[in-house]
Amino acid sequence: MYQYDQYDHLIVRERIAQYRDQVRRRLADELTEAEFLPLRLQNGLYMQRHAYMLRIAVPYGLLASKQMRMFAHIARKYDRGYGHFTTRQNIQFNWIELEQTPDILTDLASVEMHAIQTSGNCIRNTTTDPFAGVAADEIIDPRPYCEVLRQWSTFHPEFIALPRKFKVAVNGAVDDRAAIAVHDIGLTVVRNDAGEIGFKFMVGGGLGRTPIIGSVINEFVPWQHMLTYTEAVMRVYNQYGRRDNKYKARIKILLKALGVEEFARQVNEEWAHLKDGPETLTVEEMQRVIDFFQPPAYKQLDDSDVVAAQPGNKAFANWVNRNVKPHKVPGYAAVVLSLKKTGVPPGDATAEQMDFMADLADRYSFGELRVTHEQNIVLADVEQSQLFALWQEAKAHGLATPNIGLLTDIICCPGGDFCSLANAKSIPIAAAITERFDNLDYQHDIGEIELNISGCINACGHHHVGNIGVLGVDKDGSEWYQVSIGGAQGNHAAIGKIIGPSFSALQMPEVIDRLLQVYLRDRFEDESFADCVARIGVAPFKEFVYATPIAEKGGRLVGEDEYV
Amino acid sequence: MSEAVKNLIIKGREIVEDAWQVLRLAEPVEGAPSIDPATVHVPEGKVIVPQKVWLVQRELLAARAAAGEIGVWIASDERPEAIKDDLSKFALIAVDFPKFTDGRGYSIAYNLRVRLGWTGELRAIGDVLRDQLFSMQRVGFDAYATRPDRSIHDALKGLSDFSETYQASVDQKLPLFRRHARVAVGANNDGAGI
Repeated sequence: MYQYDQYDHLIVRERIAQYRDQVRRRLADELTEAEFLPLRLQNGLYMQRHAYMLRIAVPYGLLASKQMRMFAHIARKYDRGYGHFTTRQNIQFNWIELEQTPDILTDLASVEMHAIQTSGNCIRNTTTDPFAGVAADEIIDPRPYCEVLRQWSTFHPEFIALPRKFKVAVNGAVDDRAAIAVHDIGLTVVRNDAGEIGFKFMVGGGLGRTPIIGSVINEFVPWQHMLTYTEAVMRVYNQYGRRDNKYKARIKILLKALGVEEFARQVNEEWAHLKDGPETLTVEEMQRVIDFFQPPAYKQLDDSDVVAAQPGNKAFANWVNRNVKPHKVPGYAAVVLSLKKTGVPPGDATAEQMDFMADLADRYSFGELRVTHEQNIVLADVEQSQLFALWQEAKAHGLATPNIGLLTDIICCPGGDFCSLANAKSIPIAAAITERFDNLDYQHDIGEIELNISGCINACGHHHVGNIGVLGVDKDGSEWYQVSIGGAQGNHAAIGKIIGPSFSALQMPEVIDRLLQVYLRDRFEDESFADCVARIGVAPFKEFVYATPIAEKGGRLVGEDEYV
Repeated sequence: MSEAVKNLIIKGREIVEDAWQVLRLAEPVEGAPSIDPATVHVPEGKVIVPQKVWLVQRELLAARAAAGEIGVWIASDERPEAIKDDLSKFALIAVDFPKFTDGRGYSIAYNLRVRLGWTGELRAIGDVLRDQLFSMQRVGFDAYATRPDRSIHDALKGLSDFSETYQASVDQKLPLFRRHARVAVGANNDGAGI
């Protein structure tokens, strides 16, 4: 993975000194809270319901074991012994003291980490495929390009006070596992007819109040021009993006207002000035960065049937079936450690688990880990012959729930328990659903399904692109949940459709059950939930869910049946 | 005259007295008549006038501009291209930051320097605070009328927050990767003793 040189170290060191002084000035009242707010946000520090939350950047989701150990250290020393992995492949800590944040950054810098631009109206952490570098369907490893983007966007002097936050994702494979269609810029690596590498530029996707799938504004930008073309997009947005209404300030609104053609024309006009300029990437620079992402020293191995080697072990078979992913090198596999155990908020890990995952990485996977945007952890380079031993260890630490891609592999934001933006709690909804559908045989029968929960319209839980999406809403001061179905991420990304009036928290497990009943009733063999919704539409689901009132335990009618 | 009542700005890296005044068309209060750029009186002395005043009073102000008494300021929702043929007439150009969170001024400055070739004084005015100065300097500003309720001596420190940067901009025409041979040094850096 990428290693800092003296310049990276210098910039991070100077950043800490700058931030330390900003905190000092805030505490001395030389800065008002209004003035400090964008400064702390650009360092990932939010004021939450109970305390400060610090979000630490995990560039494109890639972690060295020593970095994971540092998270454990931070969890113990500065927080309450756990952390939360996010849908931007970052980690956040929810119980932080402002006064201690400069020291946390100093600790982070010792393992080449920081919290730069993890929030605020600037370019955020670039995300990518958690299986980058090992996926069999990869066209090219996107991580060197993510690193180049990281450096270019870090403290970019012109783009630090954008109309709104700005998120970039890069996909280097045939299958999109980076959700590029819902990003401000989504890049796909492509080869042209001559075999040269370039990027398809998709712009203006996003979730939030106005969910929109991005539009392709250029089918092929040669890799040398990745930064200049991005700069052209940014300059058009910085000048013309709306600033009068924060809900209309994302680039997607500008793109919609101008139309794709006009927006692309403006970008190309801007690019004409920048193309072949100094930010044009050189072969030398790209090679320097690519060299950091060379494959580890794989052994010459053959693929083997690991399940057959453990006859009768159904639990192991289930885990291999769900949590082990194919690897491009024979004899190896990628393993997903599930952070979605029943009774634990999705994406949470304790300090003990972090240390343990770091140990697993050192012993089984060349010392590296990845954070997925589904809020799990990946060990990307495990020998197939080691899978059984790894499984036994992971299981003993609550990290082997065989539910990756299944109903209880829920994407969930911190919600009203922590977040001051939330309209409703999300973690208890995830917990109630996980508890109700804890039966693994049932989950395996349902098969691939994405259930995503957001506590407010900002959509940190990606509810719009869940096959089932749950959105917390506020009505007259109480918490309700709006349900949508038919959303999808990946190559066929789609925005879900709302099925009808909202539900109470207590009704939610039954609502999910009824949706699944319709699916089980109407599905073709081997048809996924998403495909089934696409085929039969929302109506049969809606009809069945609302056919009879949903009672709480004890028979009391709740929800909008009572509300109305 | 005591320092408290002098008009001080940062120019380059020095704190200097400044004789310029900024003419603002005050935000019209609801119901009050709006101020007409065509008829607003430009006071005596060295004045930085709004771009829209310059555009309609160009002839009237020509002699004063020739005497080096006229600067122009650009609002964050205006384009500097509107004055591109007049650049040689101005003693200085200012860019207004109505709020420090409004980043359009950075692109305006970049365009003035890189596209329109402005080489004279480029001054940041409005909600200009210490923590923006480093970026402002990078996109081509060389003068800063910092907010008067804050110490200008303190603000000056903001210009030297960083000694190295990744990307090209106005102050540094080449990105880091074109300026230095870069070699990783991180391999033996083993955490904070944990």
